[in-house]
Amino acid sequence: MPGLSFIAPTTIDEAVRALASAPGLAKCLAGGTDLLVQLRSGRSRPELIVDTKRIPDLIGIRDAGDHFVIGAATPGASISACAPLCRAWPGITEAVDLIGSQQIQGRASLGGNLCNASPAADSVPAVIAARATCVVAGPEGTREVPVEAIVTGPGQTSLKKGEFLVEFHVPKPAPHQSDAYLRFIPRTEMDIAVVGCAVNVTLGERGVCRDARVVLGAVAPTPILVPEAAEALVGHWLDEETLARLDAAARRASKPITDKRGTIEYRIKVAGVLARRTAAIAFKRAGEC
Amino acid sequence: MKKYHVSTTINGEPVEFLCEPQQTLLDVLRDTLNLTGSKEGCASGDCGACTVIVDGRMVCSCLMLGVEAEGRTVTTVEGIATGDTLHPVQQKFLEHAALQCGFCTPGFIVAAKALLDENPNPTEEEARYWLAGNLCRCTGYDKIIRAVLDAASEMRREAAE
Ligand SMILES: Cc1cc2nc3c(=O)[nH]c(=O)nc-3n(C[C@H](O)[C@H](O)[C@H](O)COP(=O)(O)OP(=O)(O)OC[C@H]3O[C@@H](n4cnc5c(N)ncnc54)[C@H](O)[C@@H]3O)c2cc1C
Ligand code: FES
Ligand code: FES
Repeated sequence: MPGLSFIAPTTIDEAVRALASAPGLAKCLAGGTDLLVQLRSGRSRPELIVDTKRIPDLIGIRDAGDHFVIGAATPGASISACAPLCRAWPGITEAVDLIGSQQIQGRASLGGNLCNASPAADSVPAVIAARATCVVAGPEGTREVPVEAIVTGPGQTSLKKGEFLVEFHVPKPAPHQSDAYLRFIPRTEMDIAVVGCAVNVTLGERGVCRDARVVLGAVAPTPILVPEAAEALVGHWLDEETLARLDAAARRASKPITDKRGTIEYRIKVAGVLARRTAAIAFKRAGEC
Repeated sequence: MKKYHVSTTINGEPVEFLCEPQQTLLDVLRDTLNLTGSKEGCASGDCGACTVIVDGRMVCSCLMLGVEAEGRTVTTVEGIATGDTLHPVQQKFLEHAALQCGFCTPGFIVAAKALLDENPNPTEEEARYWLAGNLCRCTGYDKIIRAVLDAASEMRREAAE
């Protein structure tokens, strides 16, 4: 890596200036659990690494009244340790907790999980399902965009040169609103999702679903929001008929590939099954809160 | 290649070193500082042989840059014992023969100490999940888990005294 440089700015402006003025490829560094693997394999050859962890906005979790603010570089271990967030969004925190081992949790961040843009990133479906937004800083100032607008394809994001993620804004749940995330992997720990599914539901009178978001991971080039799956839930209890419609909608939306973790047919089947199981947990939680 | 000057604290001592930006903390520990207790099993975050504690959090030193250590506090396996007195986790690894080739042992020791600092009374399941990022190709894990749980009860006894 001839000519690689490293800086660790302490302000957003300093980071934007460095990212925007680098003539070659400049990469943000959060926990490094994706970036360092890619540096080593030669898959990423930046000429500048900008460590974001010394910018105060990027680290920590804040309660901002009607939403939580999660710094983009906050490690998973801090997210799992945030009791109010775990109570509000058990699905988001269980998804974060699935990322890697305890060692990986010491460093891996939401911002890195999102911007690495893997179709199988575990935290992303649950964060999208909660209608979270992210604040992007860049040479033209900051903008707030829905999380689903960031990833455009495997390893690709909509961030322009000089832009980076500052923080996530996650709205607080309404009464009787909750979420769940499940992933299917062939073992119990330390693997990448064959399929991931996040369901976020709000229940109304007599436990009828009045709002839902369903997001699938690892079955398309990006995590996908599946409005047809949400429509299958809204206006209904979670009876067998509703589950069957949800299952079918999840299968129809899945456009996976065949790889060593599973074939196209297998992934489509699992997407339907996982959607059923995840919805059951989300409905149960929403009924109890 | 440009070298960076880093001031940090390792095992309680102030340490300064020069490193290149792409060097990992593990490279620096082993090749620059001669702290060769941390091992490189995979260099990709999968095996845990390089586990160290940084500012109270356990991390894979193969997935952290040396330059990132600036101003941080690092504990490696060399800093787990107190002088000549082994930490209970180390003592119990010996008593239970929780190692064969020993390559994974430093990582397990650091990870187990981090576990017991956070949770003095883990269940077997909790210990197994906590240590899921540490791979051992020899022992079959059983003796390791027994050593860790025995160290936990020893430390609780000591704390109660
Ligand atoms: C052993 C192991 C197991 C793993 N298991 C899982 C798993 O189960 N599930 C899963 O989803 N992932 C897993 N991962 C992948 C990885 O840990 C996660 O994607 C993690 O969340 C990445 O976060 P990070 O902070 O380490 O990102 P980094 O490696 O620091 O960054 C990742 C990418 O995002 C960019 N980036 C970082 N911060 C910003 C920012 N603020 N603005 C713009 N771009 C930014 C970087 O430039 C880089 O391209 C695993 C990795 C390892 C090594
Ligand atoms: S060498 Fe770091 S995890 Fe294997
Ligand atoms: S004792 Fe050989 S790898 Fe664990």
